[in-house]
Amino acid sequence: MEHISNLACEQVIQTDQLRKVFKVGFWGRRVTAVDGVSLEVQRGEVFGFLGPNGAGKTTTIKMLMGLIYPSGGTATLFGHPVGDPSAKAKVGFLPESPYFYDYLTGREFLRFYGHLFGLLGTALDKRIDELLELVGITHARDLQLRKFSKGMLQRVGIAQALINDPELVILDEPMSGLDPIGRKEVRDLILRLKESGKTVMFSSHILHDAELLCDRVAMIMKGKLVACGPVSELIAGDTTHEVEMVIDRLLPEALERIRPLASKVVLQGERVMVVLSSQQAVDLALDVIRSAKAKLVALTPHKASLEDLFIRKATGVHQPVEARV
Amino acid sequence: MKVFSIALNTFRENLRDKLLYNLLIFALLMIGSSLILMRLTLGEFHRLILDIGLGSINFFGVLIAIFVGIGLVSKEIERKTIYTIVSKPVARFQFLLGKYLGLCLTLFINTVIMTSGLLAVLYFQDVPIHTVLFKALGMIMLEFMVITAVALLFSTFSSATLSAIFTLAIYVIGHLTPDLKTFGQKMEGAGRTVLEGIYYILPNLDRFNLKGHVTHQLEVPAGDLLMITAYGMAYTAFLLMLASIIFQQRDFR
Ligand SMILES: Nc1ncnc2c1ncn2[C@@H]1O[C@H](COP(=O)(O)OP(=O)(O)OP(=O)(O)O)[C@@H](O)[C@H]1O
Ligand SMILES: [Mg+2]
Repeated sequence: MEHISNLACEQVIQTDQLRKVFKVGFWGRRVTAVDGVSLEVQRGEVFGFLGPNGAGKTTTIKMLMGLIYPSGGTATLFGHPVGDPSAKAKVGFLPESPYFYDYLTGREFLRFYGHLFGLLGTALDKRIDELLELVGITHARDLQLRKFSKGMLQRVGIAQALINDPELVILDEPMSGLDPIGRKEVRDLILRLKESGKTVMFSSHILHDAELLCDRVAMIMKGKLVACGPVSELIAGDTTHEVEMVIDRLLPEALERIRPLASKVVLQGERVMVVLSSQQAVDLALDVIRSAKAKLVALTPHKASLEDLFIRKATGVHQPVEARV
Repeated sequence: MKVFSIALNTFRENLRDKLLYNLLIFALLMIGSSLILMRLTLGEFHRLILDIGLGSINFFGVLIAIFVGIGLVSKEIERKTIYTIVSKPVARFQFLLGKYLGLCLTLFINTVIMTSGLLAVLYFQDVPIHTVLFKALGMIMLEFMVITAVALLFSTFSSATLSAIFTLAIYVIGHLTPDLKTFGQKMEGAGRTVLEGIYYILPNLDRFNLKGHVTHQLEVPAGDLLMITAYGMAYTAFLLMLASIIFQQRDFR
């Protein structure tokens, strides 16, 4: 076991057929929150864990952190079964919409968590100052947490996850509650962690962030993995080469000639929007537009994105999605 | 170290609990009320003051142990603050032990404050102070430790309200166990087995009660004191172990 975990391409997180069934309500109705999830996160990568609300992201992460026990399957961190103290010592964790001891000040709060790792004295104080600086709340170090704004709480939560200089950082929706600047700062922070050789796994339903940051992503829906792999590969497998055209002053008979070429037509008063899904259709449509003396207002190639994949997968499993919040 | 940090944090949290101060103020008022008592016959008077004093310390301490104790763990789970602690290299039993010791520290300091109040009253009323008073106070503290462990045990698997009810029930029955035994001996068959079973399983809290010795100025043999202490410690250890086993199994959801 030991020599495997020292290989170059080391698996930091590994789950095999992980399952969680909750019993809810008086009658103990069973809800399968996570249904046979097998994934691997390699050392040094940024791994995005994506899925709509209620997909099972938090449940999976809670199993990884030893907060709830799997109903089936196994999970390991650094080759140790989850919950093993030697694995936990190398992990930093930010829970979803975190709650903290609100009577502590920023500094006292971080000191408390430092003590839980056996950190003490000036070394700890120095680390705390660094972290407060890193997450940008140095000004609030002597302010009680109950006077923090939501974004400040999220930041101090990230700071507590990093107190032990962890090799693996697991963040459950790190961007939630943050303004655009805060989100950018968290993105930069994640990239900085990656640069210093850390492994980062974060859950999100903000696909844009995942696309910018992740080496690989996994998509989970209704408890099942529906896609997993490098972002570029996932998108490549999904290319449709769609082109969107916006046209003004298009006469009805010209529209009727375009209609068979288009996969979608939307009329907005004088303006027409059509979606075409092949290069040939685009050429033909352009001919029609020119000959009919209509005005082409915009022509936008649809870049394949995670969002398309996400929405297609989501509609496939008939579940409401919340894309790009 | 980890346990100690959690205990200290729990203590700080307890200090923010308004209930604690309310109970403490009530206790001090009760104890202080002896100051305005009319002087009855001398012996009776001393006995009454000691009785009220020790009774108040005991009663309010138990209320603190129960009503702060039941929230120790359930609040952490409700507020999800436990997520960040259990995900650190802290074993679940260390967390429980830290919470437990934190409340014990709170109770100890409360007992010291209430005792100071009692001593002041005794001083102003010229009541002689015997060493047996401190032995009795020690045993009261021991009882608090057992009750806190009971509250902690229940709060690891049931809601705060249910835990309060269960713990109160155990407290009341725990003081009646000798009666249970005598009652049981008068019965036949199954009833007897059940009552005797309860007698042996539930804590015999009456053992910690040395008020009679104090009011009648009777010495307690060192051997007895040692036995009671060992009993209290062993019972507490048993409860904490049981709580740890249950706590280890549960999901934080
Ligand atoms: N404690 C619980 N008891 C019962 N069911 C639960 C519990 N926690 C989660 N679930 C159910 O499990 C499913 C997955 O929930 P989970 O919180 O893991 O989703 P999520 O992917 O984190 O969603 P979100 O993006 O909204 O945070 C949901 O259907 C939810 O209702
Ligand atoms: Mg979630």
